[in-house]
Amino acid sequence: MTLVELRGAEVTYRRAGHPFVALRDVDFAVDKGERVGIVGGSGSGKTTMARLMLGLQAPSAGDVLVHGRSIVDLPERRRGFLRASASMVFQDPNSSLNPRMRLRDIVGEPLRSPVLAGRIAVSGRRDEAVAEALGSVGIGPEMMDRFPHELSGGQRQRVAMARALISDPDLLVADEPVSALDVSVRAQVLNLLAAEVRERSLALVLVSHDLAVVRHLCERVVVVNEGAIVEQGSVAEVLEHPQHPYTAELIDATLSL
Amino acid sequence: MRHVTLYLGAGLIGVIVAMAVVGTFWTPYPPDAVVGPGLQPPSAEHWLGTDGLGGDIFSRLLSGARICLLIGIGSVVAAAVVGVPVGIFSGMVRGWVGEIPARLSDILYGFPALLLAILFAAALGGSTWTATMAIALASIPAFVRIARAATLQVMSQGYIEAARVSGTPRTAVAARHVLPNIAPAVGVQLSVSVGLAILAEAGLSYLGLGSGPETPTWGRMLREAQTYVFSAPQLALWPGLAIAVATLGFNLLGDGLRDLLDPRLREIR
Repeated sequence: MTLVELRGAEVTYRRAGHPFVALRDVDFAVDKGERVGIVGGSGSGKTTMARLMLGLQAPSAGDVLVHGRSIVDLPERRRGFLRASASMVFQDPNSSLNPRMRLRDIVGEPLRSPVLAGRIAVSGRRDEAVAEALGSVGIGPEMMDRFPHELSGGQRQRVAMARALISDPDLLVADEPVSALDVSVRAQVLNLLAAEVRERSLALVLVSHDLAVVRHLCERVVVVNEGAIVEQGSVAEVLEHPQHPYTAELIDATLSL
Repeated sequence: MRHVTLYLGAGLIGVIVAMAVVGTFWTPYPPDAVVGPGLQPPSAEHWLGTDGLGGDIFSRLLSGARICLLIGIGSVVAAAVVGVPVGIFSGMVRGWVGEIPARLSDILYGFPALLLAILFAAALGGSTWTATMAIALASIPAFVRIARAATLQVMSQGYIEAARVSGTPRTAVAARHVLPNIAPAVGVQLSVSVGLAILAEAGLSYLGLGSGPETPTWGRMLREAQTYVFSAPQLALWPGLAIAVATLGFNLLGDGLRDLLDPRLREIR
């Protein structure tokens, strides 16, 4: 079953009066429970793909379908089905967590949206759900009243993960989830992400420039360069026997580090 | 010493607030009555002397502090209540719908605030109420502008996208995410605007467009002192000094708050 699909998606920006093509004619689909990596260099269009899937951005041409329904022409408030089924972990937790909110409110916010408010009506139950979500990423209930600046970088990203998981989505989109973190905590956060995804049999779209991370977490990989998909296939196949020179270049670049 | 301007501003405001509090409950003489011969120099009975009509200057100064703060703070709070939501709206809504309030407010900004207040007060007649309304109207654009600029900055943060992904309605985004994060910028503007408003109120009173003769405001005291500017120049000194202290106090507080709250400035130190 296809969760999210991009069909002939194109994104064009105007930069200093000149059109700049960020994404050209991209077809991409994520099935239920599937773990896909999107890899490419900076400016390749991989983040734009992730943003299209969550309706954070509209395509200039083409279509975005969630559970087979186009979201392109739907106003934001009518995208409830999308909000209930997909969530996102952003690159930099320093920016993605509101500095003036407590963890309780940050993690609980998705439950207050009209889509999910019906599920957990009483705010006491909401606190329970928040404690449970924080617990699943290894953060104790005594931290609920802390502010983000009182946490370490790794803890912050785990809070962001708890927020993404609390709505019990089918699809998790993670945009470079560890590249803003200290090298020392990257493995811990990645292992936690992998464990949560397996346990909940979530579909995962992992955007990364780091092939090792993709190898660790994903089964399928899509290689993007200059706004187009240049190669895709199973992780083993693509990373062992790259067909496209750009893929080979990416692999070489990783090895030489 | 750190935060000098902040403490100095707070101290000066403290003096004015103390005067207003004392003046509300007690003045040596009734502030609006003739209590002795006119133009007396400072003495044990009249600490700052008497004005041209024989009113006690110290009493009038004390009771003027309350009016000055009421009009200054009242008009600015009213302006913020209107201007901040408009600025947030304008910063959150993309395209021409968001541009319109910003441009309208820029037009209003183009008029010198005092001139606008004079026009307004002249059209409706001078009174405490019209002076407050006029100053409030003239103070709105500054709040629209600061709230919009701060909102645009907040909207580029990741937590706004995170809220969108989780389906948070825009009104909730404005209340939970935008307002708390633009509050410091608005607070600075509040303080600076109160300083300007006090100055504007004094100007309007001086021109006879503010409160009526029964209310001894500092601007009115200045106006009355003008008649004796050559024979008794000290009459203009006290209200002038009071206006300067109040205006300076709020401006310093605003500057101090800005230094305290702006992380970029903090890094530089």
